[in-house]
Amino acid sequence: MEKKKLVLIGNGMAGVRTIEEILKLLPDQFDITVFGKEPYPNYNRIQLSKVLQGDTELSDITLNEWQWYEDHNIRLYPGETVTSIDKANQIIYTDKGKQTPYDQLIIATGSNPFMLPLPGIEKEGVTAFRDIQDCEEMITASRQYKRAAVIGGGLLGLEAARGLLNLGMEVDVIHIADYLMERQLDRTAGKLLQEELEKQGMNFLLEKQTTKILGKKRVTGLQFKDGNKIMADLVVMAVGIKPNVQLAMESGIQVNKGIIVNDHMQTNVPNIYAVGECAEHNEMVYGLVAPLYEQGQALAKHICGMNHQGYKGSVLSTQLKVSGVNVFSTGIINETEQTKTIKLFDEWRNTYKKILIQQDKLVGAVLFGDTKEGTKLLSLIKKKAMVNEYLESTQTQDKDESVVASMSDEEVICGCNGVSKGTIVNAIKNQGLKTVEEVKGCTNASRSCGTCKSLVADLLTYTLGDDYQSEEKETICACTDLTRDEVIAEIKQKNLTHTREVMNVLGWKSEEGCSKCKPALNYYLGMIHPKEYEDERESRFVNERLHANIQKDGTYSVVPRMYGGVTNAADLRKIADVAEKYDVGMIKLTGGQRIDLLGVKKEDLPHVWDDLGMPSGYAYGKSIRTVKTCVGSEFCRFGTQDSTGMGIQLEKKFEGLNTPHKVKMGVSACPRNCAESGIKDVGVVGLDGIWEIYVGGNGGTDLRKAELLVKVKTEDEVLEYTAAFLQYYRENARYLERTSHYVERVGLEHIKEVVMDEESRKTLNERMEEALNVYQEPWNQVLENETILKDLYEKVVAK
Amino acid sequence: MEQTNRKVFVGNYHELPERIGKTVILEDKELAIFKLANGEVRAIENRCPHKGGVLAEGMVSGEHVFCPLHDWKINMKSGLVEAPDEGCVQTYEILKEHDQVYVLVPARVINS
Repeated sequence: MEKKKLVLIGNGMAGVRTIEEILKLLPDQFDITVFGKEPYPNYNRIQLSKVLQGDTELSDITLNEWQWYEDHNIRLYPGETVTSIDKANQIIYTDKGKQTPYDQLIIATGSNPFMLPLPGIEKEGVTAFRDIQDCEEMITASRQYKRAAVIGGGLLGLEAARGLLNLGMEVDVIHIADYLMERQLDRTAGKLLQEELEKQGMNFLLEKQTTKILGKKRVTGLQFKDGNKIMADLVVMAVGIKPNVQLAMESGIQVNKGIIVNDHMQTNVPNIYAVGECAEHNEMVYGLVAPLYEQGQALAKHICGMNHQGYKGSVLSTQLKVSGVNVFSTGIINETEQTKTIKLFDEWRNTYKKILIQQDKLVGAVLFGDTKEGTKLLSLIKKKAMVNEYLESTQTQDKDESVVASMSDEEVICGCNGVSKGTIVNAIKNQGLKTVEEVKGCTNASRSCGTCKSLVADLLTYTLGDDYQSEEKETICACTDLTRDEVIAEIKQKNLTHTREVMNVLGWKSEEGCSKCKPALNYYLGMIHPKEYEDERESRFVNERLHANIQKDGTYSVVPRMYGGVTNAADLRKIADVAEKYDVGMIKLTGGQRIDLLGVKKEDLPHVWDDLGMPSGYAYGKSIRTVKTCVGSEFCRFGTQDSTGMGIQLEKKFEGLNTPHKVKMGVSACPRNCAESGIKDVGVVGLDGIWEIYVGGNGGTDLRKAELLVKVKTEDEVLEYTAAFLQYYRENARYLERTSHYVERVGLEHIKEVVMDEESRKTLNERMEEALNVYQEPWNQVLENETILKDLYEKVVAK
Repeated sequence: MEQTNRKVFVGNYHELPERIGKTVILEDKELAIFKLANGEVRAIENRCPHKGGVLAEGMVSGEHVFCPLHDWKINMKSGLVEAPDEGCVQTYEILKEHDQVYVLVPARVINS
């Protein structure tokens, strides 16, 4: 089937976004040609003020590189203007003599700056602020000239003025109204803004109407209606824009202020559409990016034949992009007889908030100084929320918490591109995104005006915790460029089920991994799929494969289970017998209160276990090791709690649990802490009627005092909170990261929040149960399995 | 002096565990036999040149085995230790006849 010919006139943000949306819906279905007047690929016009202000380079505001057009087989003719449209034959003609037929034509010619028809407008040094060329002209002028006058105290004018200040010029802003940004702000906010900008060095001439531009060849000043004059050697005209409808008009397409379109962005001529600033929908012409993108989406769906309700108009919001000034407004901004307002004016912090309510619904807002609530308010106003919904959301909001935490998943973070919190959080989680740039690349959030960047950053912090701080990417090992979180996200998303599959699918650089990633992946897979995953012996370090601790001479040590460090005569007798029978090299008490039989030959291991008839003490694994206990209330005259009993319960519950690194526990019956609970991964201290649970302690390489997680009353609670902590650690720590490092890295406060939350504690406990349910005592398992016995423990004696 | 090799039977191919070493005792020597993921069999001396670690218990990755004591990485085909560590282990040729796997050892291993 021949591809449909789609022609776009106007290589700007609205038109190209429409093409992007089309490519998303139906890639390869269209033969696309784009004409653009400017000699650049599609760039972010909104960011021009940042370029002028010196915050961004011109090269950084390109939205679609040349390569993008190539990659999508789009023919781009930059610097070429379409001069006429032959509607009957569906052909367009350009100023370079090209004719291109179309099946569907999109007009996205944007708008032109409105230049006041003043005498002297043609003089050198008079410019608009619309495109890269204007921007460059101002930058050039600033090198040579001193005094700039900006006509227009609206959004664009103020952004231009701030840029010119940054370029070292003295700046007068001339405005016809009596306060700034009168279309977006109320008087209070407008005046606050003026004060702030005056502090920054701008000079304002309000209620002034320019009548003449003075000078000979180059501008030298301005004259006003009241007869006053000022000097200026650069004049920036920023009084507004008008839709660029010339081509449409000449081609006989219906035009009012803009090109008239319906909800599907159709003009009155078949197969011709208009989108963006040049289009007029429902008597509205929009000059902000968010509506243009909404229009682009609607148009793309229509062109691709998708069912869509069409474009229904937009609720506008404004943010000023001037560094150090936060201004936001949306919806209705001035009080009427029907509105009620919530007003907060904090003179000390210099913040102002006004929310307008009509019939109990939010209809508009103006914010100055602190605009963090802007996104939330916009989404509430868009959905015509009741005022109560807003008030409740402000009450539940923790003061220290970022505003993103309290937002619902549907709330829009990036208004320009309609990206919701949920979409961003999912992308961060599922695609392992780490930076604002990556989020931008994946979701389009913050790709346009950039004011939501801080919210995106907040979401990264909110989703990733302190991981977000680490700029340097910590990969699992040299076999991959992926981090632990990225790999885990991929495993979950692609439902990967064994280590070699992970390595294959995720493009491991080595075929079979290495001694670092193999056990790590084996752990992660088991943690993610506790029931389904079959542990891979070959991905285990020798100790965990053989369930004994390898010694320097290739012999092993055997530590039988002795719950809570409590033993009995029968067990001791068996141990003594075994030690003699197998000629054990040394019998030693371990740091965790166990008996260690050292120097056992590999081939003897199963026999030793068989003779002992005791469970494995797991003294060798990245797993729950031992629970060390003090004597406790049963015998000790100081003990306030049954520490041995508690320790035995803990050990029985968690024995054999795989963890990112070894986990040592201790239970003491009083603050004397004979079981050294203060330097354990989980240390429990009994007080009269209370158990304290400490976590993240370490008595090894990096001595670290454990921190108090929680105080509880009952033994069941000790088990419950310990399970929640351990499961959270299992799910979130890197493989081979001890609890001490993990707690240090993410912070106790964060862990507390999770563990103290009833709901999350409950689900952590549920997942812990799943993990514990699959446990099988390993020594017995070996003894019952002929194949394992033969494969792992038998040596071949060759002749 | 011409070196004579001797065929030593070490096991049936289908019984060798994959990607896990097998310890073979041959007189006073120990060999480590590995069946790799690609199906080939390798035989090396079961002794890491570093501190004598038993290589048969090492983790296997492709042609390499990681010593269980200090994680030295040894190429089972060439016997060479991977940088930054240095050294080499003795390698032995494998002979597979039907399902039977043999190691070719120099006669002097037996005699000396």
